[in-house]
Amino acid sequence: MTCKETRDLLNAYVDGELDSAGSLAVETHMGGCASCLGEVESLHALASAIENGSLRFKAPVHLKRKVQGTIRAANPPARSSFFDWRWASVLASLVLVVAVTWTVTTHWTKSAEETLLVNDIVSSHVRSMMANHVTDVASSNSHTVKPWFSGKLDYSPPTKDFTEQGYRLIGGRLDYLDNRPVAALVYQRSQHFINLFVWPSNDSATAKEEQLARQGYNLIHWNQSGMTYWLVSELNLPELEECARLLKQ
Amino acid sequence: MRAFDQAVLPHLDAAYNLARWLTRNNQDAEDVTQEACLRAFKYWKGFSGRDSRSWLLAIVRNTFYSWLRQRSDQPVLTEDGEMDDTAGSSPDPESALIRNVDRNMLRAALEDLAVEFREAIVLREMEGLSYKEIADIAGIPIGTVMSRLARARKQLQIYLAKTASENCL
Repeated sequence: MTCKETRDLLNAYVDGELDSAGSLAVETHMGGCASCLGEVESLHALASAIENGSLRFKAPVHLKRKVQGTIRAANPPARSSFFDWRWASVLASLVLVVAVTWTVTTHWTKSAEETLLVNDIVSSHVRSMMANHVTDVASSNSHTVKPWFSGKLDYSPPTKDFTEQGYRLIGGRLDYLDNRPVAALVYQRSQHFINLFVWPSNDSATAKEEQLARQGYNLIHWNQSGMTYWLVSELNLPELEECARLLKQ
Repeated sequence: MRAFDQAVLPHLDAAYNLARWLTRNNQDAEDVTQEACLRAFKYWKGFSGRDSRSWLLAIVRNTFYSWLRQRSDQPVLTEDGEMDDTAGSSPDPESALIRNVDRNMLRAALEDLAVEFREAIVLREMEGLSYKEIADIAGIPIGTVMSRLARARKQLQIYLAKTASENCL
């Protein structure tokens, strides 16, 4: 490669944007060209001067509050403080439209969020099987598992064992779902593993049980006593339902 | 709204930093950042969710350019080809001493760059973005990213070498 050709590539070289053949060609040329080598050194020096120059600006604290305020203001709840019969019908239809939109939107957002959560739960389950990392604390004794979680979580998950009914508690694990650390309890039924994810929730809207199937896994979800429960396993649905029934008792 | 907060607000520093370098002024940077966040919130539903930082930075950039157009009717972008490169020759060997240049000088050199060069440097050197990411944000081909960075750096070197030699006199 000539000097001219190399020069055109030096920036991309310094930025790590060349493929290995390109990098090799540049390095080979630099081996015999002090000028290009000097240019690369100079580019490196410039990059590190910018990097070490504390040139980055940090957003002021009040800006963050202001931004949040602006967003809240852009998303106001529908409300009217005055009442006038002439406007009543207009308002009524407006409120209806807003209400319908709001309901549809929140439902849509909620179901989109739930779809993400379900995917995360299935991934967590699959990962715990694949990585050979089913449990952090292995014990069928709930008196061992329960204290293990304290100090790691700001709540105490139920740690019941159902060995007699064929669902053996084999341990617990710390996981991360719904943007928070959650308890994962692991049960075994013959050669199948069941992950139970539990975390506190004030979502009482879905008090009734939900059943889903994703990627060949069955999921059962319910809320009970301020906690949200997700069971996931490759186990067939009737047997997983039995497990849910035991947990609910 | 919570999902938006979590996806976008962590990148507020990056957004502000870009806005600050583009506007070269605290108050304008705040205005642009705030407007950009509001726009981001409005477009949020249409966001596919792959890289919220790049997405927000692209919005900051667009907000900045519309802000700039509003305050002046003059054309904003200089053509890449128009840049005055005659002073370029080859950088003197001393330019390797750039590592000793002080921060204020570096800041002044960066602020002196044309805006499209400045944004390329900020995105590359401060945000560590790849050519591809910068190309997506600025809506330009990757080759243009490369040539803008090369020209920007050349100008920085010249500016710094010049200032350094003036300071020595």
